[in-house]
Order: sequence, then structure tokens, then C-alpha cells
Amino acid sequence: MSSREVVLGSIRRSLGVSGREAPRRQAVADRLAHHPRGLVPERGQRPPAERLEVFRQMVEAAAGTVAKLPRAEDVPAAVAAFLRAHNLPMAVRRGDDPRLAGLPWERAGALEVTTGASDGHQLVAVSHAFGGVAETGTLILLSGRDNPTTLNFLPDTHIVVVEARDVAGDYETVLARLREKFGAGEMPRTVNMITGPSRSADIEQMLILGAHGPRRLHVLVVGEA
Amino acid sequence: MGVSATAQPRVGLFVTCLVDFIRPTVGFAAVKLIEQAGCSVEVPRQACCGQPAFNSGDRATTREIAEQVIATFAPYDYVVAPSGSCAGMLKVHYPELFHGDPNWLPRAEAFAAKTHELISFLVDVRGVKRVDAAFAGSVTYHDSCSGLRELGVHAQPRALLASVRGLELAELRDADVCCGFGGTFCVKYPEISATIVGKKVANVAASGAGTLLAGDLGCLMNIAGKLQREGSQVRVRHVAEVLAGMADGASIGEKGEP
Amino acid sequence: MSEIVTSPAFKENARAALADVDLQQALKSVEVNFIAKRRASADKLPEFEALRDAARDIKDHTLAHLDLYLEAYEQRLTAAGGQIHYAVSAEEARAIILGICRKVDAKTVTKGKSMVGEEIAINAHLESHGITPVETDLGEYLIQIRGELPSHIIAPAVHLTKAQIEADFRRVHTHLPADRNLEEHTTLLAEARAVLRERFLAADVGITGANFLVAETGSSIIVTNEGNGDLSQTLPKIHIVLATIEKLVPTLEDASQILRVLARSATGQEMSVYTTISTGPRRPDDPDGPGEYHVVILDNGRSSMLGGDFQDMLRCIRCGACMNHCPVYHAVGGHAYGWVYPGPMGAVLTPSLIGVDKAGHLPNASTFCGRCEAVCPVRIPLPRMMRRWREREFERHLQPATMRYGLAVWAFLAKRPRLYALATSAAAFGLGWLGRAKGRFRSLPLAGGWTRHRDFPAPEQRTFQAQWRGRKRR
Repeated sequence: MSSREVVLGSIRRSLGVSGREAPRRQAVADRLAHHPRGLVPERGQRPPAERLEVFRQMVEAAAGTVAKLPRAEDVPAAVAAFLRAHNLPMAVRRGDDPRLAGLPWERAGALEVTTGASDGHQLVAVSHAFGGVAETGTLILLSGRDNPTTLNFLPDTHIVVVEARDVAGDYETVLARLREKFGAGEMPRTVNMITGPSRSADIEQMLILGAHGPRRLHVLVVGEA
Repeated sequence: MGVSATAQPRVGLFVTCLVDFIRPTVGFAAVKLIEQAGCSVEVPRQACCGQPAFNSGDRATTREIAEQVIATFAPYDYVVAPSGSCAGMLKVHYPELFHGDPNWLPRAEAFAAKTHELISFLVDVRGVKRVDAAFAGSVTYHDSCSGLRELGVHAQPRALLASVRGLELAELRDADVCCGFGGTFCVKYPEISATIVGKKVANVAASGAGTLLAGDLGCLMNIAGKLQREGSQVRVRHVAEVLAGMADGASIGEKGEP
Repeated sequence: MSEIVTSPAFKENARAALADVDLQQALKSVEVNFIAKRRASADKLPEFEALRDAARDIKDHTLAHLDLYLEAYEQRLTAAGGQIHYAVSAEEARAIILGICRKVDAKTVTKGKSMVGEEIAINAHLESHGITPVETDLGEYLIQIRGELPSHIIAPAVHLTKAQIEADFRRVHTHLPADRNLEEHTTLLAEARAVLRERFLAADVGITGANFLVAETGSSIIVTNEGNGDLSQTLPKIHIVLATIEKLVPTLEDASQILRVLARSATGQEMSVYTTISTGPRRPDDPDGPGEYHVVILDNGRSSMLGGDFQDMLRCIRCGACMNHCPVYHAVGGHAYGWVYPGPMGAVLTPSLIGVDKAGHLPNASTFCGRCEAVCPVRIPLPRMMRRWREREFERHLQPATMRYGLAVWAFLAKRPRLYALATSAAAFGLGWLGRAKGRFRSLPLAGGWTRHRDFPAPEQRTFQAQWRGRKRR
């Protein structure tokens, strides 16, 4: 008997079931097919304008920073300004996301923009988020050429662009968009939900930013909700 | 629920073995408070609620004791105990003992429904809002675990203490943290228990109060014993003693008549 | 793994812990910080209590249908190109992991923090076969270089002070200048980050645990604050997820519900920094991510907990709130418990996994204060289950003889109220008379456990019941 059969058999023996019971199978099939939403906190159900404010507050509470930009064209200048303000070298790495590729980077002056995944040598990355979640100030990023996952973790500073209309109140709204984009039950290799910069409190419970991932997380919210 | 001839509810006092043995004063204070709340009090012959067996894993003995207690207190409208721990045993754990027993479970549940910890009985059941008592000095209050977490005893003792003339309540830091008594725990793991009660008495000292009160004699003996071992002058009493105006005598572990 | 179990010596462990000045210093922060942070974040979310109910219900539903969710999960995982390996025992899980590592001739394995990894002692196994495992969670790294077990399930090195960590770094990081400054928390973290960054980039295989396995999508989810779990799974060629069967949840929505109570209960954060959903290996077009994705799904005795007295323990989401609120844990720390899982959750789980004959002290070393249950995000009745273990011990006569005889004498009297009244009256009179001068005892025969540390009050000479009946007669 395979280990798989042993484990499943033991589960069924303990539960006193055969695995063929129609009502049980139906209950499981229904839940997987309909993935009912549970309880969504009121904080995640605010109207759009307020939602962005909650998002900003929550990102800041998680030690991130937020800037609001009226238009996407403003992103390169905002990136350059952030780097200058933090005395960082004028170089960023990004993926192939057309929403980033199409930006007027030349307007950011001497900013050097390279593309591709990170090999650990880049200090600053710029990513485009799939969405945001106001209730906890969380960014949702998807793996792939457009926004390589290594950019989320290896550079010291992570700048993330998110469109205001993609900032949802709750996780569930973003999950629904994921299903729409990839199909039911399908996922990209990695979905990163990011809430603030990396941190550790493992030394005497003293919280320090920048444990293994970025020590700075800056969010650029573009457009109107 | 039977109504007695005088229309006064009949309360069967569950004394608890520690009050019975160590500090009868608490029993008399409870009687006084229950009578003041318009009830008659009776004390049927009784021993223990069964916690030592229950918490040592001896379920069969616990059940035997529980059956006896339930039968003994059948005639009363209410069962009241001056202890959150024993009341919790009667009210919360007795029904668990008879889970799946069609004969005993309903009896245990009916028994549980009429059983109350003393202070919550006075406030929540009898609607007592104030007591006629005086106490000169500052007190602090420890929330015993079972009363607090199993029975929700928290606001009631504070509300009644607020009505005691001359009494000042200084809140205890970490009032809701266990004192380390834990029944047999304190003798099975004496060093750990001593460390936990050590933190408790440090907080008692920091409160600046002259008297520590709580609703459970086990905790009180533990805290009093530790305070006295450390040479502290803080006195320790059951909250019922103060509420009944019977806090003039010797405190727990103090020399003299209580 | 058996050689590292010291649970039978809990009493000796506890005594040593109480005498350990560094440990006692370190434990103070647990008692204060975790509790205040959890309280604050729970207070900020009005729906917190209702979410705890929801989390409990999701876990209960999943456990009742675990066989079917496991099959659904396997099907989705395989469809996404992942490989699943069932392991009945710790030994089998170790062999599977070693096999995967050998196939790619792995030299170094980076590890995200995994309690199941500790449970199966995977590091020792890999090392004994010439593979170097590198713990990358800072706390796990600290205990790895000390050769210790975690003392807390989310803060493995919570028992250490800064000075101890500095000494360890100087001992282990010998390639760095001896005169470097390691006095600040930040410089210690910076050094660990730099050392571990090299290891991340060089690793052949990354092993992580899982907070959830999602049946709907075949995904694993890990929750971290440092980002080490992500670097462990993104950079190497192979990502191995080591997870136990009870980590299943039906859907992403169900995971979201539980996430809303997880970080708040654990660290008091609204959400941990990195919640990462991983599904299969990198896609053909992906510029990064692992080329192979393996999930080792371990039972190790859990399936037999289903349907029995301890099923509720399988709801546990490993947040650590129970130990953060436990007065016994605060006193002795995690190592005293003698194996991987400390505190109240360990007191229930450990006997299930290594046997109550070895772990019998753990469910006994509780005051039943109930604070663990009061904060458990999935409302596990921990004290009730500890009592269940005591019942098993009682049934099997595993308790000390003195305790059993004492209990038998007490029970004999407790069942006979008249006899009980006689016995207690006599004892109260005797003790009361002996103690009348001082009002208390500094020592008492047979009560050394009590009187070594505190005084014992003298009884009032006549029991309440004797006095009451006397008054009634008058």
C-alpha cells in the first residue's frame, strides 16, 4: 500500500467515513466551486475615496510610505525624487510590465533603468502591483516577466506602483480579480501579499526593518479611485 | 423551581472545602450577604466539589462526587459558592461529566443553571447594587482565573466594593494573571508555582494597597502565604468578608480571631 | 529525534530554567510585549471575536472533510506541475527530502522557518548525509548556530539576550574582523543579513513550511516578516514545502479569514509582512522562481487524532498566543518542555506525537488558568484537552504512586460527607490549635511543596459546617 493510501485510509478510518458519501462530496465540491466569502471587516468595505485613505494609513502603520500621483506619467519623476530624498544611487531595476515600460523614464533625469530579475546586486526595484488591499495596507504582486519575484525581495528599497482603482477594500475582491484573470483554480507561480518592509524582532523582541528583504517600501498610488 | 412558603428563595450554600476547613468566616460572610439579598440559606452536609479528582484525571470518582452533590442540592432554588473555581466546577464542568448520559445530563444541566458564584449571584441574579459595610483603607483585587474566565466575574465585585464606605480600590497590575495556585499544581510543581506567585505579590506590593482581596480561598492562601513568607504587611481577605462588614478580625494567616 | 526529547525531565528542566538569569531576563519581554500587542490589534478590529469563530468553523469543516480536500488539493497541485509526496512518518519525510536533494546533488539547503522541520529533525538528517542546511529565519539561525531547539513557535530565539547573540556571532562568523561593532541590535541584524544573503544565493534547494495548503488552487501559503521564506523558495532550483495534513483549507477565501486572526494573535500585526501564495514551479516564461516544486505532506500521527478527544488540536494555526499568555511558559520558557512544541499547545500536541508516557508532565504543568483558551484564535479548548491527557495517564496508572494513594484516601472521604466532616473537624482542631500562636505555619509535614515557598494559614479550629450546625442547635 502506498503512503498516500495509508494516510488517506487512516484519515477515513478516524473520521468513520469511506470517502464515497455523496453529501460530503457535495459539500466539498460546493465550497470549492463557490468559495463563499466569510466575514469582511467593516474597515474593508468603505467607499472608494475613504478606501484609499484607509490604505494609506495602513501602509504607513506597517512602516511603509505612500505618495499619491494624479497620472502614471508622474511615476518616473516621483521615483527619482524618492531616490534623491533618501540619498540613493539613481538606478532602478524593473520587469517588463507594459504599464512601467511605457512610462516616460527619460523625464527622470539621470535615472538609470534596467530590466529583468534581480541577482542581488540591485539596490532599488520598481514593481507594478496587481492590486492593493485597504484593510491592512497590503500590496498584491504577481510573479512573471512583468514583475519578477526577486525584485520584491533582493533590493534594499522597493518602490511599488499601484493604480488607485485597483486598491480594493478587502482581500476577497482581489481574489475575485485573480480568478477572473487566470481562471478558476488557476494561479501564477507566486502571489506576494506585501504589507510594509521586511522586519525582524528576533533579537530581544526589538523590531528592526530590513531583515532579509527591503528595508524601505514606498508605494505610488496612481490616479483616482 | 420550587417556591418556598415565605416566598424567599432557598439557597443551598456550597461552602467549599477550603472555606469549611481553613476559614469559616468566609462562609458566615456569604450567609450574611445572601440573607441580605432576600434569600434563606441552608447548609446541607457536604464535602467537596470533586476538583482534585477531576484535575487529576480521575473521572469516575469525580462523577460519583458530582452525582452526590447534585442530589444533595436538589431541594434548593439556588446553589451558591463563595469561590469561582468551585462554582465553575459545578456550573461548567459537571454537565461535561455527564455528556451523553440521558439520565444525568438533564439533572446536571438543571443543577448548573441554578448554581452561581457568590458575588455574581448577588449582583446578576439578586440585583444587589450596594452593600451596607464600611472598610477603612485601600484594597486591591485579584481576579481569580475560573471566576473570571469561566463565569465572567469581573465587574460585579468591583461594583459592590465601590459601595463600601471608606474603601479605596487600587487596581492591581496583571490582576487577570494566574497567581500560580492551580490546585494540585502548586504542590506538583512547587518551584514554578512559587515563581508565579512571586510575580503576583510583587504586583500587590506595587499597588500600594494595605489589603488584597479575591473571591477564591485557594488563591488567597497562596498569595497570603507568599506575602507573609516575604515579611509583607499586606493583609489578605476574601472579598465577601469586606462586603459583609466582617473584616475586623485577623486576616488570612494572621494571628488571632478572624 | 528521540535523543533530543527531554520532556520526561520537565521538572529538572524547569528548575534549571528558573535559575537561568539570562533566560529569566529574556522571558520578561514575552510577558509584556506579545500580550500588549495582541490586545491592541484585537481592540482595533471590532470583528475580531466573530473572525475567531469563523476561523474555528473553517478548520472544523476542513477536518471533517479532510480526505476529500486532500484529494482535491493533490489534483490541483499536480495540474499546476507540482509534485506531491505523502509521508506517514517523520522517517519517511526525511527520506523523501533527502532523496530530492540528492537528485540534484545539493550541497546547501536554505530553510524557511518550519516547526514541522523541527518535528522531523530534518537538519540533523541532511547534515549526516553531507548536505548543509542553513536556517534563514533570524531566530532559527540563532538557535541553529547554538545547536538548540526553538523555545517558541514563532520567536524561536526569544530565550536569548543580545549579549549571548553577540558572543555566538563572534564564535561562528570567524571570517569577519574581530574588532567589528556588534553592540547594537541593528548591527547584529545587519551581520546576519549579510552572512545569510550569501547562503541564499548559493543554495541548491530551498525548504519551507506552510501555514496553509489551499485545496481550491493546489497552493501553499507561507507567512513571514523577514522575507527569508521567499528568498528560500525563489532563488534555488528546487522548492520543497514540508507540511502536515491539517494545514489544508478549502479556498483562498477561507485562508483570508484565518489570516485575519493569525498575525493579530501572533505578533499583534494587522497582517504579517509577507504572505506568499505559491503554486507549482516557475512557468515557462518566468525569469525567476524554482524549477521544481515538491510538497511533502506529512501525517506523523495526526490522522489518528481525527474523530477523537484531540481532534480540536488540529485546528491550531501555530500563532503562539497560548504560550505568550501562559504563566507557566513565562516562568520556565520553551526549552523546559523538552521537545519541539512548548507552552499550552505543546502540552496537548506533544503527548499525541511522542506519547504521554514521555510527555506526561506537560499537560500536568498547568494551573488551568484558562488564559490560553481565552486568546486562541481558533478557540481550542486547551485546558480541557490537557485534562483529557491527565485522564489517560490516570487510566494507565502513569502518575506517581504517592499522588494516586493520596487521591484515593481523599476520594474515600469526599464520597462520605459524614466521615469527611469528622476527619476535617479533627484535623482543623489539631492544626488550628498548633497554629493558634502565630496564625500560620512556616513548615508542615507532607506539605513541603507548599511551605518551602510560602506560609500556610492555620485553620480556625472549628470547621464551618461544625460551627453552623452548632449554631442551629442553639
